Amino acid sequence: MSGPGGLTLVLGLPLAVALIFFALSAYERRTGLISGPGFFQRNGLAVGLYLVIAVGFWAFFVIVLPQLAMVEMSFRPKLPPSQMGGPKDIYTLENYRYFLFGSTTSTASWNWLHIKAFFLTIAVSIAITLLNFAICYPIAFHMAQSASVGRLRILLLLLILPYWVNEILRAFAFRVLLSSGGVINQALMGAGLTAEPIDFLAADVGLYMGLSYAYLLMMVFPLYNAIESLDKNQIEAARDLGAPWWHIHAFIVMPHAKPGIASGCTLVFMLCAGALAAPLVLGGPRTLWFTPIVYDRFYQAFNWPQGAAYAFILLMTCIAFVLLVLKAFRLSLGEITR
Amino acid sequence: MNGGAFQRVMFAVYIAIFFLYLLGPLAVMAISAFNTPQYPQVWPIEGLTLDWFGLLLADADMMYGLQTSVWIGLLVVCISVPTGLAGAIVMTQIQSRLRSTYYLIVVSPVLTPGIIIGISTVVFWRQFTTDTGTRFLYDGIALTVLGQSSFISAYCMLIILARLQRFDRVQEEAALDLGASYPQVFRHILLPFLKPALASAAVLAFLSSFENYNTTTFSILSDKTLTTVLAGRVRQGTTPSISALAVLIVGVTILAAIAYEIWKRRADAAAARRQRAALAAEEAELAGEPVPA
Repeated sequence: MSGPGGLTLVLGLPLAVALIFFALSAYERRTGLISGPGFFQRNGLAVGLYLVIAVGFWAFFVIVLPQLAMVEMSFRPKLPPSQMGGPKDIYTLENYRYFLFGSTTSTASWNWLHIKAFFLTIAVSIAITLLNFAICYPIAFHMAQSASVGRLRILLLLLILPYWVNEILRAFAFRVLLSSGGVINQALMGAGLTAEPIDFLAADVGLYMGLSYAYLLMMVFPLYNAIESLDKNQIEAARDLGAPWWHIHAFIVMPHAKPGIASGCTLVFMLCAGALAAPLVLGGPRTLWFTPIVYDRFYQAFNWPQGAAYAFILLMTCIAFVLLVLKAFRLSLGEITR
Repeated sequence: MNGGAFQRVMFAVYIAIFFLYLLGPLAVMAISAFNTPQYPQVWPIEGLTLDWFGLLLADADMMYGLQTSVWIGLLVVCISVPTGLAGAIVMTQIQSRLRSTYYLIVVSPVLTPGIIIGISTVVFWRQFTTDTGTRFLYDGIALTVLGQSSFISAYCMLIILARLQRFDRVQEEAALDLGASYPQVFRHILLPFLKPALASAAVLAFLSSFENYNTTTFSILSDKTLTTVLAGRVRQGTTPSISALAVLIVGVTILAAIAYEIWKRRADAAAARRQRAALAAEEAELAGEPVPA
C-alpha cells in the first residue's frame, strides 16, 4: 500500500463503509424494519461522535487496515527504497515460493527447514492443547461442581498467582528447573536413575513443558465457566439412574461445556502456535519452531515482505484451526468468545 | 464405599501434582533469588543473600524498561477502556444484519497471534507515516500502544459487554421521561452502572499490556520495555537477579491483592451499614406517621 493510491484506499475505505452503514440504516428505517430514535438521536451528538470515532479508528486503523497492509506486503518483492514504485515493484508469489522451495541458489528441492518447523509447530501445538485439556478438565469440574466456596476461593487464587509473573519469567523458571545442574536433574541423579544429567532443554522437553505450563490458565477458566452453569441436578439424576461416572462426563457435562471446551482449545492452540517468548528462552539453537523463524525474517534477514508472508501463513493456519473447531463442535464464533 | 475413598485419594493426588506443576517452578525460582551462586541454583543453599535484588535495582536498562512499560500500560488503559466501552455500546445498537460482521472484526484480535498483530501494526504505520509525511509518529512507544490496544480493547469490550447485557433499558427510559437529556443519561445512568466493569477492564488492560511480549517485541522498534529487556537478559545467560525480579513482581501482586481484599471488605461493610441505617430510618418514618392513603 504505497504511494497516493494506497493512501486513497486507507482513507477511502473507512469513509465508504461509513456511507454504506448510514445508507443501510436509512433504507431500513424507510422500509420500517427498525423504529425508534436514530443513532445520533439516541446517543446525543457528543456521545454519538465519540462512539463513531472510537470504533471507527479501532476497527479500521488498528485492526483491519494493518492486517490488509501486511497481506499486501507479503506479495511484494524485497527492494531497496530507491526502487520502490519502480518497474520491479510488482506483485509476486516469490515470498510464498521461498517458504516451500527455499532460496533459488540452494540445491535442495524443498525448503525442509522451514516446512518442518511449520508442521512441527502445528502438531506440537495440537498435542499441547489436548494435553492441557486432559490436565485441566478434572480440576475445572471439581471447582465448578463440588468445591465449597472457601475452597474455591483458595483454588482460584493459587491458579491465578503464577499468571501475575510474565511469560518470559515463567519460561525462565523452567530453565532453572530443568538445566543440567537444576533440581530435576539433581533429583534424578540422587535417586540413581541416571548417572549423567539429562539435557532436557536440547531435547525440547523444556520448551514443550514450558508451553503447556504457560497456557494452563487459558484452558481452566473457559472450562470452569462452562461447567459451572450446568445444573447439579442433572448430574444427580444421571447418577440416580445408574449412569457410570464416565457416562456422566461424556454425555452430560462435556456436551454442556462444549463452548468452554472449544474456546479453551482455540485459545491454547493459538497462543502455542504464536508463542515467541518460550521458544526464545527454552529452545536450543537446533529447536524447530515457526515463530522465531518469522522473527528472524524481520530482524535478522531484514526481509520484511518475506516475514509478512510467513506471518500470513501462520495467521491462515490459526483461522483454519478456529473454523475447524467451530465446525467440529457445531458452534458459532459468538459462543466461544464469551 | 471403598471405591469412593479410592477416588478421593486419587483426586487428592491429582490436585497435589497439579499444584506442584503450577507452583513448583515459581518456588524454585524464588529460592534461587536468595541463594549466593552466580548461576540460579536451588540446592545446595550456599548462603542467603539479597545481593541479587541490589543488582536488579542497579540495572539501568531494566529500570528504564520498567519505566517505559508503566507508561505504555497507562496509555493503553487510557485508549483501550474508552474504545472497549464504545465498541460494547455500538454492539448493542448496531443493526442486526451487520452485527455478526462487526463482531467478527472487533473480536478477531483476541484470536490472532500476538506476533501477527505486532507485525501488521509496524508494516502499516511505517507505510502510513511515510506517505502522509508524519514520520515522527513512527515511534516504538506509539506503535506499541496502538498494537496492544487492538486486542486489549477487545478484552475490555467483552468485559463491558457482559455487564451491559444486564442493563435494564427501563432505567434509561425513566430518566428520559423525567426530562434528562441523552448525554445526561449516558453520564449519570449508564456510566455509573458500568463502573465495576470499567474498573476491572482497566486493571486487566494494564496487566496485559505490562506483561505483553509477542506484540511488543515487534512494535517497540529500537526502544525497550521491561519484557524486551528481560528477554535479552535471559537469552544472554541467566543470573539470579532475574529470579529476584520475579519475586518482586509476585510480592507486589500479593500485597496489592490483599490491599484490594481489605478495601473491598471495608466498602462492603460500609455499604451494608448504610443500607441498615436507611432501612431503620424508613421504618422509623413509617412508624412515626402513617402513610397517607
